[in-house]
Amino acid sequence: MIRLMDVFKEYDNGTKALKGINLRIDDGEFVFLVGPSGSGKSTIIKLLTAEVSATQGRVMVNGYNLNNIRQWQIPYMRRTLGVIFQDFRLIEKKTVRSNLEFVMRIIGASPREMRRRIPYVLDLVGLGDKADVYPNEMSGGEQQRVAIARALINNPQMIIADEPTGNLDPQRSLEIMTLLERINSMGTTMLVVTHEKELVNRFSKRVVAIQNGELASDERGGYYQYEKSV
Amino acid sequence: MSGGAIISMKNRFNFGYFITEGFRSIFAHGLMSFAAVCMIVACLLIMGSFSLVAINAERMLSQAEDDNEFLAFIDETYTDAQIRQLQQQVAAVDNVASVNFVTREEAKENYLGDYEDEGLYANIPDEVFRDRLSIHVVDLEQFGQTVAAVEALPGVAGIRAMGELAQGFVTVRNVASAIALALVAILAAVSLFIISNTIRLATFARREEIAIMKMCGATNSFVRWPFAFEGLMLGLAGAVIAFFLQWGIYAAIYRAVVANGAIGMFPLLSFGAIWAPVLGVFLLAGALIGACGSGFAIRRFLQV
Ligand SMILES: Nc1ncnc2c1ncn2[C@@H]1O[C@H](COP(=O)(O)OP(=O)(O)OP(=O)(O)O)[C@@H](O)[C@H]1O
Ligand SMILES: [Mg+2]
Repeated sequence: MIRLMDVFKEYDNGTKALKGINLRIDDGEFVFLVGPSGSGKSTIIKLLTAEVSATQGRVMVNGYNLNNIRQWQIPYMRRTLGVIFQDFRLIEKKTVRSNLEFVMRIIGASPREMRRRIPYVLDLVGLGDKADVYPNEMSGGEQQRVAIARALINNPQMIIADEPTGNLDPQRSLEIMTLLERINSMGTTMLVVTHEKELVNRFSKRVVAIQNGELASDERGGYYQYEKSV
Repeated sequence: MSGGAIISMKNRFNFGYFITEGFRSIFAHGLMSFAAVCMIVACLLIMGSFSLVAINAERMLSQAEDDNEFLAFIDETYTDAQIRQLQQQVAAVDNVASVNFVTREEAKENYLGDYEDEGLYANIPDEVFRDRLSIHVVDLEQFGQTVAAVEALPGVAGIRAMGELAQGFVTVRNVASAIALALVAILAAVSLFIISNTIRLATFARREEIAIMKMCGATNSFVRWPFAFEGLMLGLAGAVIAFFLQWGIYAAIYRAVVANGAIGMFPLLSFGAIWAPVLGVFLLAGALIGACGSGFAIRRFLQV
């Protein structure tokens, strides 16, 4: 669940990244967030993960009101989110299994819970046989699957992906997106930032386009069409 | 999506994990850790050595204080009533603990008592001895002033004081304590600096892991504990090494004093009698330096 109400974000250097964004994403939705480079997509993600705070307006994430959230509550808010990045951000010197254990330990999971949960999630992302492999022994697509497994491992309500296919070829990208769609169909809310028009158009999901820090369009079953409106 | 297991969200204090991570980090940048431990060892060793000197001086002092007595001879013309009055006056002097009146007969008996088997002195006339007040002081450091104050009283014909050795111990103790304090302050500051830099290096080396932890909902304390343990373990390692070195140094000095037959004059404590408090203080100081050093680094460089 996400609510952005009249959100402005001005960075310390004076850059106005967001200028009055209104956005509502309900539980279970699959939403593409599109827009040209510098339009403010990553800024929205950072607002949702409480990495930056809004200059003005209200931000709600999975029941947490980020306007008056206490510092100590932020980790618990983040546990309701799984975040995926273009550059995977795996720990290179840990195996796939260790990467996942690392993240489960954060929320206090027991070794028994880890032994049960990790194979389940690895199977889900199609890496059932790669638990003991190191990230640099894997292809980009496989590494992104590990990142998706990591985002899923603590069973978040929502997954937020910032250009998850930015480093992958079209075939790998399609596979990753299909995987995200499948995870969404199992109940996890999905917010995916992407540049890739063809990919967006293939899936016929809700598409939110922003431009210059403002909402340009928001269509269900929509296409990536912000270029038309320019 | 919750297949596989129901995920708990309890904040277990994962002691084993924090310790393991702390250890891994120590060896990940071994040279810096080594330097930090060396600094702590030096700091504790210097503090310990001067403290042990001070402690021994203090002990010799307290032994000397058992004879913290001086004698004030009474004017021979004084009557019993005057002597009683003088005794009260002396008792009223600052720093006087007790005053005993000793007659010349008692003094002679005491004196002869010391030389029982020697008939030689048996014939000493009573006149050689005089009526006297035996005076104990409270604080040996003010021994000199007290003696002077008593000496200035009318009716005191003379003084016999033997406080010089004791005064020497006071000086040794005070100097050793002062040096220990000054050095400890400096070295503790340097140790803190080195430890906090070691920890800063550790946080820097693991900044990516820390970023991932934060993104995945790690609490501040979860991120910080391994570094706190790292500092603590460095401090404790330094303490243990310093303790054994201190032991070696002290034992060597002790043996040298005994070999020179000087143990009678300088009755040093054996290390066996003091090892427990030394170890305790070292561990405490090491832990304190380690914990404060890492705490400082975490505050400044680990804004999570
Ligand atoms: N930390 C920051 N400090 C100052 N300005 C920033 C910061 N981060 C982003 N910006 C600026 O804010 C604007 C929006 O940036 P943002 O990263 O949200 O864009 P984006 O839509 O994610 O772009 P891209 O598609 O290239 O990733 C840009 O003008 C950018 O230069
Ligand atoms: Mg971006």
